[in-house]
Amino acid sequence: MKKLLLVTSALTIPCLLLAGCGSSSSSSQGKDGSEDNKLYVYNWGEYIDESVIDEFEKETGIEVVYDMYETNEEMFPVIEAGGIAYDAVCPSDFMIQKMREHDLLAEINFDNVPNLKEIDPLYLELAQSFDPENKYAVPYTWGTIGILYNKERLEELGVEPPTKWSDLWDERLDGEILMQDSIRSAFMTGLKKNGYSMNSTNPDEITKAKEDLIAQKPLVQAYVVDQVRDKMIGGEAAVGIIYSGEMLYIQNEADEGDNLIYVIPEEGTDLFIDCWVIPKNAKHKENAEKWIDFLCRPEIAKKNFEYITYSTPNKGAFDLLDADLQNNKAIFPDVDSLKNCEVLKYLGDEVDDLYNEAWKEVKSK
Amino acid sequence: MNKKLLSGPYILWMIGFTIIPLALIVFYGLTDKSGAFTLANVLSISTPEHIKALWLSLGLSFVSTIICLVLAYPLAMILRNRNVGSGSFIVFIFILPMWMNFLLRTLAWQTLLEKAGVINGILGMLHLPKQNLINTPGAIVLGMVYNFLPFMVLPIYNVLCKIDDNTINAARDLGANFFQTLLWVWFPLSVPGIISGITMVFVPALTTFVISNLLGGSKILLIGNVIEQEFTKGSNWNMGSGLSLVLMIFILISMALIAKYDKNGEGSGF
Repeated sequence: MKKLLLVTSALTIPCLLLAGCGSSSSSSQGKDGSEDNKLYVYNWGEYIDESVIDEFEKETGIEVVYDMYETNEEMFPVIEAGGIAYDAVCPSDFMIQKMREHDLLAEINFDNVPNLKEIDPLYLELAQSFDPENKYAVPYTWGTIGILYNKERLEELGVEPPTKWSDLWDERLDGEILMQDSIRSAFMTGLKKNGYSMNSTNPDEITKAKEDLIAQKPLVQAYVVDQVRDKMIGGEAAVGIIYSGEMLYIQNEADEGDNLIYVIPEEGTDLFIDCWVIPKNAKHKENAEKWIDFLCRPEIAKKNFEYITYSTPNKGAFDLLDADLQNNKAIFPDVDSLKNCEVLKYLGDEVDDLYNEAWKEVKSK
Repeated sequence: MNKKLLSGPYILWMIGFTIIPLALIVFYGLTDKSGAFTLANVLSISTPEHIKALWLSLGLSFVSTIICLVLAYPLAMILRNRNVGSGSFIVFIFILPMWMNFLLRTLAWQTLLEKAGVINGILGMLHLPKQNLINTPGAIVLGMVYNFLPFMVLPIYNVLCKIDDNTINAARDLGANFFQTLLWVWFPLSVPGIISGITMVFVPALTTFVISNLLGGSKILLIGNVIEQEFTKGSNWNMGSGLSLVLMIFILISMALIAKYDKNGEGSGF
């Protein structure tokens, strides 16, 4: 009898708890009651000036629940599973396409986002590669992936500064290369080096890129993501692959900031655009539109740019910047240096698996 | 009855945070992306990359476990033979670093071992040649030993403390020298602690991916890294779970070992 009680209590209590959660969330996410004035935001880590969240809350009275993720791939299953109904998410280009193709996105009602006019049309046009009719995504930040080199260190090694991806296969750079530890970025270098598209779905081209990456591995000091910045500042390596958004920090932080130089390789590179989107299962769509509109305000976008330091697509914010920032070529490169650049595309699960397996082969060699 | 009720929260905890997650791993591990039953995820361990990663993980964690054991046993003996006060003070000093976050301590090793790091800085000052320390299997083993050594010392120290001095003295009286006492008295009596220490070092070392990422520069792919890649980069939870199930087999083996040798739970350090 006692045992029976124990078991039933063990089983019923979680049920009650779950039921409690269920009912409370359904009531809080119901009609536009005042108690329900919430907004669930899912963004990259360190990808907003947090005072902006406070300002938004103060101005609109909407309570923001703010969560963070580290990779697009980590975010996707969370949104797909729908355990938490996020209202606004900030994925990258190819992931927006994947979410769109998996029918996870809601069309944004742009009547509620009048500040969209502040976004430079150039970026909306670029966004059409993953959002053909500009219905789902509002550009937030953009940038390029390029080579960061340490001028002094290269002089010591007697190596000319790199200008193209294939320079990262130079044997004199033994142990001096920091590669990106993310699948598509790493393969971008291998593919672009051979003159292929970084969105290649051709198995032969992917295999060639894989073989090149394996051949390069002995020269590579480490595969890293965010640590490139600090390792380059610390003088650990001569060249590293880095996101352009890190450059402002490097130039400000390092005494030898002038010594660390960013180049966009001649073969072209990945031009990435991170955008705000609204998932289909969002419970507070209008709040999300208010949020996106708020972030498009020039002064708010400027504040976020100063914090995140990834280039802003916001024309209004750009005009507010100091002239030397506007002329900083690492952050706002000339349009012709971008001519060979591509925006990363989602290639379907099968091709994704192909890349995934190929990357494991590179890593296990 | 009241006592049984008290176990309610604990049972809830176990259901919510052990049983349900485990069931989810089993579910994901045995299904494909469309949700149909498949063994492919578990069997994918036999691909050359996965086998290589598994062997490498087994090898590195074996080496670190042995090093931990060799370092920990004498230390535990020294600690036991000191009087209670200073012994526990040393144990306290020993555990102190564990109060700091594991990631931070591993990052600190990165700073020590880097090419332009502290150790090479000191070597440079002494006009000695720079060493290539970081991003090698050695650095990973070092990280494992450093992080998991306390888990070896504590269980061994615990069982050694329970050995009666009279047992040792009797062995001496009967003419056993130090090594004979060690081999025939100390060791057999401390087996539960050794086994539990080995498990507590071997299992986390086998599954780690942070240490190999930070100190191995992600150039050395361990089975933990493969699983991590499936989750964070491949968006393939099914294969990640399938491989986790394979790893669980090794963990179950070590649990079985504990159950066999440590019947009274004497070796549990905590």
